[in-house]
Amino acid sequence: MGKLLRRTFLIGSAAVAGGVAVGFYMYKTPYPNPLTADAGKGESVFNPFVKIAADNSVTVIVPRAEMGQGVVTTMAALVAEELDIELAEVKTEFAPAANVYYNRAMLEEGAPFQVFDNSFIAEMTRDIQGVVAKFLAMQATGGSSSTVDAFDRMRTSGAAARAMLIAAAADKWQVAAASLKTENGKVVDPALGRSIAYGDLVAAAATQQVPETVTLKDPADWRYLGKSQPRLDMVAKVTGKARFGVDVRLPDMLFATVRMNPRQGAKMTGIDASAAEKIPGVVKVVNLDTGYAVVADNTWTAFKAADLVKPQWAKAPYPETTEAIFASIDAALKAGGGFNMRNDGDAPDVIAAGTGKAISARYTAPYLAHATMEPMNATAQWTGGKLTVWSGNQAPTSIVTQAASVFGLYASDVTVHSTYLGGGFGRRFETDFSMLAARVAKETGGKPVQVTWTREEDMRHDMYRPGAICEAAAVVDGQGVPSVVFRTASQSPIASTFGRLAGAITPPGNDKTVVDGLWDQPYALANYRVTGIPVDLDIPVGFWRAVGHSHNPFFHESFMDEIAHSSGQDPLEMRLKLMQPYPAAVAAVQAVKDMSGWGTPLPAEDVKSRGRGVAFCLSFGTWVAQVVQVADTEDGIRIEKVWCAADFGTALDPKNLEAQMMSGIIFGLSSAMGQEITFADGAVEQGNFDSYDAMRMNQTPEIQVRVLQTSGKMGGAGEPGTPPSLPALANAIFAATGKRIRQLPLSKEITFA
Amino acid sequence: MDIKINGKTVSIEADPEMPLLWALRDIAGLTGTKFGCGIAMCGACTVLIDGEPVRSCSTALEDVSGEVTTIEALQGDDGALHAVQEAWIEQQVAQCGYCQSGQIMSAVALLANNSTPSDADIDDAMSGNLCRCGTYPRIRAAIHTAAKKLAEA
Ligand code: FES
Ligand code: FES
Repeated sequence: MGKLLRRTFLIGSAAVAGGVAVGFYMYKTPYPNPLTADAGKGESVFNPFVKIAADNSVTVIVPRAEMGQGVVTTMAALVAEELDIELAEVKTEFAPAANVYYNRAMLEEGAPFQVFDNSFIAEMTRDIQGVVAKFLAMQATGGSSSTVDAFDRMRTSGAAARAMLIAAAADKWQVAAASLKTENGKVVDPALGRSIAYGDLVAAAATQQVPETVTLKDPADWRYLGKSQPRLDMVAKVTGKARFGVDVRLPDMLFATVRMNPRQGAKMTGIDASAAEKIPGVVKVVNLDTGYAVVADNTWTAFKAADLVKPQWAKAPYPETTEAIFASIDAALKAGGGFNMRNDGDAPDVIAAGTGKAISARYTAPYLAHATMEPMNATAQWTGGKLTVWSGNQAPTSIVTQAASVFGLYASDVTVHSTYLGGGFGRRFETDFSMLAARVAKETGGKPVQVTWTREEDMRHDMYRPGAICEAAAVVDGQGVPSVVFRTASQSPIASTFGRLAGAITPPGNDKTVVDGLWDQPYALANYRVTGIPVDLDIPVGFWRAVGHSHNPFFHESFMDEIAHSSGQDPLEMRLKLMQPYPAAVAAVQAVKDMSGWGTPLPAEDVKSRGRGVAFCLSFGTWVAQVVQVADTEDGIRIEKVWCAADFGTALDPKNLEAQMMSGIIFGLSSAMGQEITFADGAVEQGNFDSYDAMRMNQTPEIQVRVLQTSGKMGGAGEPGTPPSLPALANAIFAATGKRIRQLPLSKEITFA
Repeated sequence: MDIKINGKTVSIEADPEMPLLWALRDIAGLTGTKFGCGIAMCGACTVLIDGEPVRSCSTALEDVSGEVTTIEALQGDDGALHAVQEAWIEQQVAQCGYCQSGQIMSAVALLANNSTPSDADIDDAMSGNLCRCGTYPRIRAAIHTAAKKLAEA
């Protein structure tokens, strides 16, 4: 079966001759359109993504979470481009939880194939994953997939609505639709010089036949796409008006907090709440089986009273200390086994033969918390057996499915209102904070209750980035080409996450979240083996910005640096050589070479020394190279500059992409500089930003970003900035000081200024 | 307890030990000021008291003696934005936006005391404000932009 046919058969949204199929998610959809028109405002619903009112206002429904990545603006721009309207005037609403908003690109990216692998089997599996996404109907924000997923879908939504407006005008004027054009919110008839505003057409247009295909604009004619747009959420976010989950206010609302067993997942075996109940303003203390909630008339009273409750906690279902946890990971690594995610040539035999320069290294990465700026929270209310949840979340339909399963409801009895997210980074993909609010709300006699976690509760009840150990070995031949073996062991983020989600099906194939960043990199090596060893522990782990690509690239790119230095090669030139068959990789590395002045001497009269480090990572379809420059000073290592070149294939909003790269870099460097979650007595030791800090203004380097568009396939933006930043920093420290640090955070061996 | 907030005297019925943050958010209905850490480590809750930046999560109501200004009062009654807010828009600073009320209040206080802050001055004034989205490079640029706007005004 040819690719086109297969896609049409399986997905129904593929390109067809002469245009883009409007797709069964719009008119042949088995999923109902959840939008209803607000008749009072004269609104008409054109499809699940576009509403237009008689006053000409256009509302774009944003099916993804806005957690900082600028998705609201990009979604609106995709529709505005094709609908031909003023972008700055577009109103946006977050989508209700509904299956029609499923994210196909996210699970596609989750398929076990390299981005550059376009073989039949890879395409086929991506399609199957897309079908899985549809059947699971996950309306989720993750995998840096929002724009990739939306690119055709949102443009098609805008184009289809535009075609219906033109058809309505053609009916009204009794002329051929083909003779009409649109111009910024109006249908115009050039022949007779007349025009009519969209608002005056909506009633007639919304009942027009949805076109089967539409022709999308030639990118050369784009007015908004490909150009930086002011964010539509910016004014709200500088005036304090943007409403986050924690800002939800409802009549008669109560405020609560939760304290769950710090030995995560274990029971509460006893509770003495008498002191807490005496505090004025406390409404009640609720036993939640693995913890408790205090409900009060304001959040601070709930916090204060929660401190006075005396609970008894059962023991943790996992090893109690960091040492014991890492001993388990190490034991799994030593036991061998696992799966080979990449197995080109005969790397172990070549290494065993030992002809060439041999090197080996062992790296470790810690557990990490997400520490979103807004602590976990949600608001819930029960009315007549139906549940309403307000929360900043990355997966509204998962909240519906989970609530339906936990409380024995029909999905139609659960309503989710999504707000802005004060950071997500993968943490708000989880449903736990929404579910806890729903459980507490069961006890408030129908009053809505907002459940806000303290920072400590948030940090101690995360779904962590798993700790990992990697052993790497190589021999380098006379041409400076290595044969390499990587063996990496960690808990699996996807198995842990999907194990918590009702109705979730773990994607087929090997567990890519364990090996991502090691097996999928564009190095042309004849002998290249990557083995993943999933470790079975009950510590909750999950999706942390870049997931497997958050730590494995540190292993991979540190080791590549070690290979280069040990064989007398320049680390950047070695990459250019080994990446030859992959032009997008070469372009990115070449760009940071030029930007950073790689190879030119670095004056260091004012400091002890300076050095530059390079790293590369292909993740979420985006090819990213970075050079970090550090200075070794009296106060420690100062990160001075970062250069980043990222190939997104198609760059819809360059200024926003620059922001996403800066964000990802600062997020990655923050973790490399000092973040670590440790365990003692089964509980996480860190609680707040005094023990788990992040980069601050005074440590922030100058960051330059170059946006490239050569790869031919659109990649994501939210995550790919993070992966190369950690190894580029470690490699720069090596260049400046001669000290090779193989464990994260780097602060275990060095001080940062 | 009577507290002057954004030019109005507001009467707040609460435990005098309650941090100002929670009185603003849960009692006075001013949710623009955010909770991030509760221990004066993140700056999300920054407000001005008599023009000085203060972490409202760690300031008990009973210790509030001056006039409180929150993000909600930066915009003039005519809807005009403060120069710092305009600079934030110009530089497209905010990402998730959660830390930005606190960032902006710290920047307003900085610029009120120092009309031409150097990068080192910005480091000193702003390093108590965490941003997990990493908007620092644009915050720095926006403070320089705001300084220029204020000088021209
Ligand atoms: S909430 Fe006050 S400084 Fe963090
Ligand atoms: S903009 Fe998200 S924390 Fe600063």
